[in-house]
Amino acid sequence: MSHYAALLLLADGRLPAGGYAHSGGLEPTVRTQGLVHAADLESFLVGRAATTGLVAASFAAAACRATYTGQQVLLYELDRQLDARMPSKATRTVSRALGRQLSRTVATIRPSPLLDDLRQDSHQPIIYGMAAAAFGLSVREAAQIVLHESVAGPAAAAVKVLSIDPFAVHAALARLSEMLDALANEAAEHADTPPDDLPGLGTPLLDIAAEQHRSWGVRLFAS
Amino acid sequence: MRARATLTTRRGFDYAGRPISKVHVLRSHAALVLRPTQPKDAEPLVRRASQAARVSLVSGAAGPLGGDDFELNICVGEGSTLLFNEISATLLLPGPRGGRSHMRINITVEDDASFVWMAEPLIAAHGCDHIHDVNINLAPSARMLMRDQLLLGRHNEQPGNLLQNLRIRRGGETLFRQQLRLGPRALGWRSPAVIGAYKCVGTVLVVDPRWCEEPPATRLFAPDAALLALEGPAVMISVLAAETLTLGKRMGQGINLLGDPWSPAAARRDAPEGGGATPLQSQDPKLIPVI
Repeated sequence: MSHYAALLLLADGRLPAGGYAHSGGLEPTVRTQGLVHAADLESFLVGRAATTGLVAASFAAAACRATYTGQQVLLYELDRQLDARMPSKATRTVSRALGRQLSRTVATIRPSPLLDDLRQDSHQPIIYGMAAAAFGLSVREAAQIVLHESVAGPAAAAVKVLSIDPFAVHAALARLSEMLDALANEAAEHADTPPDDLPGLGTPLLDIAAEQHRSWGVRLFAS
Repeated sequence: MRARATLTTRRGFDYAGRPISKVHVLRSHAALVLRPTQPKDAEPLVRRASQAARVSLVSGAAGPLGGDDFELNICVGEGSTLLFNEISATLLLPGPRGGRSHMRINITVEDDASFVWMAEPLIAAHGCDHIHDVNINLAPSARMLMRDQLLLGRHNEQPGNLLQNLRIRRGGETLFRQQLRLGPRALGWRSPAVIGAYKCVGTVLVVDPRWCEEPPATRLFAPDAALLALEGPAVMISVLAAETLTLGKRMGQGINLLGDPWSPAAARRDAPEGGGATPLQSQDPKLIPVI
């Protein structure tokens, strides 16, 4: 049985898990790399989805599988392996803060014995994987939610930090939908990959941007 | 072409009984030619000390070209110090019959050993298709610094495809893992989230067990360069640049930010004491000017 309603619920930007306060590195990148047009935003989103998006989705798929099979040690190892894939301390801190907010939301709205191993301070993709399992979703669906989140957050922020037409923003998202599906397929294939061999695609510019953003005195978004 | 080369070092003693590092195995296999060398440039940590072992990798043939499969295995034995560098940049080219080239570099650094690797640029020429794997295994008390430079094409050239896999394990646990998938086949690589329009990507990775208590703080030292504190006793200096001159300068600046004992600049200021690694000049009485 498919759980379409649960899939939409977890992927909805209105889920009270704090995602709306983050631009996924878009806010600093607009200034440092001089983004202006909708095409710049689309390029940013493609790069983000293909790197951090794919990494997070693969870890969510692996965490979802580990939750179903009750492998607590594996969940801990996945969390540690994400640290090794995030050179920027600002990025690690944000990922754990988002994980904490999401874990609080999920534990409250969907109590489940599958969440017994939930560690509040885990990285967000690990919590997404566990949450997907608590709602009976597949590893493929866990990956899809994370990939959606990896572009939907910055896209929503774009309307504020780039002052571009909201229709242009969603047109960009619409053009990305096939790519997101393909990436979710790729990520789902990693559900049983040993943690050390999971994707670790780097983002040199996002890493530097995350640290620059943290040093700003005034900013619209938390990341 | 297939090549397998091996290099190992050990701790030994010189004629006066002082500990020095010796090259124990030096097995070249064309096109991977290994040669013991003398100090060339400024050396982080080692600082031109005569006690360190120094080996250069010389290219014995063009490439790697598509179809080539190279493997280099390095073991820095317990208590020894190896400075490893290259004589020239590596130009990745397509093969005569297409195909992918593959380079695997496996490095083991044993307890109390130090490994400094100053690689020259890896240039992804048009049409190349290369996988570059670097696996480093560190013992808990081992130290390392690796400087890595990627160039996307020669002058006015569209680059080929390059996948770089970097992996550092410390005491069996993964400390750092990063893949860079660049070139026309890579999705979104020119994105302002990945490397944008930059032509050069530089990475310096430094692991020092002394940082277990207090790791260096994150520093932004240029608009497109940062010293990032990793999770664990390690830092990554990440630099993006339009050309190699700026790239090299920024990476040098980043290494200097690490201070003693990593920075070659600190060595010049502190000479001759220089934190254990004494410069050659102060040991050899013939080199001290007679007044």
